[in-house]
Amino acid sequence: MALLEVRDLGLAIAAGGRLLPVVRGISFAVEENETLGIVGESGCGKSLTALAIMGLLEDTAIRITGGSIRFEGRELLTMAPAERRALMGNRMAIVFQEPMTSLNPVYRVGDQIVEVLRQHRDLSTSEARERTLRLLEMVQVPEPEQRVHSYPHQLSGGQRQRVMIAMAIACDPRLLIADEPTTALDVTVQKEILELLQDLQKRMGSAIVLISHDLGVIAETCDRVAVMYRGTIVEEATAGELFANVAHPYTRGLLASIPPADRDVEWLEAIPGRVPAVDQEIPGCAFHPRCPFVRDLCRTARPEGRDFAPGHSIRCHFPREWRT
Amino acid sequence: MTAPLLQLRDLRVHFRTGRGGLFRRRRILEAVGGVSFDIHRGEVLGLVGESGSGKSTIGRTLTRLERPTGGEAIFEGTDILALTARAFRPLRRRIQMIFQDPFASLNPRLTIEQTLAEPLFIHRLARDRSEARDMIAETLELVGMDPDAMKRHPHEFSGGQRQRIGIARVMIVKPRLVIADEPVSALDVSIQAQVLNLIKKLQRESGVSMLFISHDLGVVRYISDRIAVMRRGKIVEIGDRNRIFDSPRHDYTRRLLASIPRLPPAPN
Repeated sequence: MALLEVRDLGLAIAAGGRLLPVVRGISFAVEENETLGIVGESGCGKSLTALAIMGLLEDTAIRITGGSIRFEGRELLTMAPAERRALMGNRMAIVFQEPMTSLNPVYRVGDQIVEVLRQHRDLSTSEARERTLRLLEMVQVPEPEQRVHSYPHQLSGGQRQRVMIAMAIACDPRLLIADEPTTALDVTVQKEILELLQDLQKRMGSAIVLISHDLGVIAETCDRVAVMYRGTIVEEATAGELFANVAHPYTRGLLASIPPADRDVEWLEAIPGRVPAVDQEIPGCAFHPRCPFVRDLCRTARPEGRDFAPGHSIRCHFPREWRT
Repeated sequence: MTAPLLQLRDLRVHFRTGRGGLFRRRRILEAVGGVSFDIHRGEVLGLVGESGSGKSTIGRTLTRLERPTGGEAIFEGTDILALTARAFRPLRRRIQMIFQDPFASLNPRLTIEQTLAEPLFIHRLARDRSEARDMIAETLELVGMDPDAMKRHPHEFSGGQRQRIGIARVMIVKPRLVIADEPVSALDVSIQAQVLNLIKKLQRESGVSMLFISHDLGVVRYISDRIAVMRRGKIVEIGDRNRIFDSPRHDYTRRLLASIPRLPPAPN
């Protein structure tokens, strides 16, 4: 049994009496000790999927239209709110892109970590304080005894993200979701934070879902990768298999769009056009209007998910067309 | 060899932080601490560095959005930093800036036609509306947009299209030097590739010189002829694109390059 199992999850935006689908029946699973990367451009539904798993879509315009999310064998979508809240920050936790907006600006960072601990663990004040210092050491915040007294604005962006990670791992979560955790950071700090996440995972044996728009970040840190386009997982495989054997034209287009730092290229092979608006229905394959290898079938029939190679699934009628 | 289009010499920009007070001293922050470089005609100089390195401040000083503390910038023989606002006005057309967020620099009430016509009349590049309209249609096509776009307002366009409009507004006045400050950083990667290709194509065709400011080393390598690496207000290393990437000399450059997430080789 996988730690987290998402089946046919559908999400839609409620707008003007209509429900506009934004996540169109996606399925994936994450095991303990595994890092799953979800990559895609803005609007593909990757962050909404994370919020749905964490139960953070209440009081938003997003509706869950179907599917199931099972965590440690239990269905989350039908769970009583109080029970679900007890899991959050405890068995499962999330780290967001901008720690400044997730940390409370008027409380010292140490007190914020203590609060998480006391909410989920029966700890005395001194035990919670002790544990907070150990957590800040684990995420390599220098001089934790001084830093616990700092307010969020007194820390650098990288330090704030370390504090957010300390809060997220405070109760030894089995699942950690990291939504663009390094996007706001400089590249040298990004490297440190990604290494920290990998190191923590090794020590804690938890599962990580890393959400990013950056294929480089995903390639360096993930065991398995799911590529999303317009609410659908279009390709999924282990990182090694995916990058050695890219089969979906969208994944290929994303890779070719990135200007490489390790060699010269004259022109980038950009994907033409742009992602259609949410309220636009695209018949057939959602990527067909931008696909350089489009054929008639793609315009009418939505491709079903199927195995392209062992452990490598794909939604495309004509994978790897560029090879023929 | 002809003289460089721009010679920047020992540029210094200091900021005062906070207002100070009875018991608190004002602190002086050295955003740019003595930077010199040349930009030749038809050349793209990439300026790369992390946040707070001072790279944007240099661009803003060259377009006179920021006042320097010291140094000179000789552009076509004139020190543009020493000019009065009035004396600089005739030069303004020749030094143009592309911003990260074009939406913030487009007036939401004006149509694209009105937005693009404005600089044409200010700089007396068009005699009347019909001539302006022809030039606007031509420029919109140049940046890969339908000339019909001129009748619409900024909010009707996506981020990538808005950046194309921002580029059109710069190119329509035929500048000599373009300062592009993180022009593709806010765009999704597939749109970023389209806009980078466009900037490269327009630069090659027009022969305009460019200062291209970015935190993204891959982007800078793609677009630049030479690259300057900045850290804490100073240039730590400057040289030809391939020399910087293939045999970096400064420790900081090496550390930057080592921090880039490694991407698997592009599929064939």
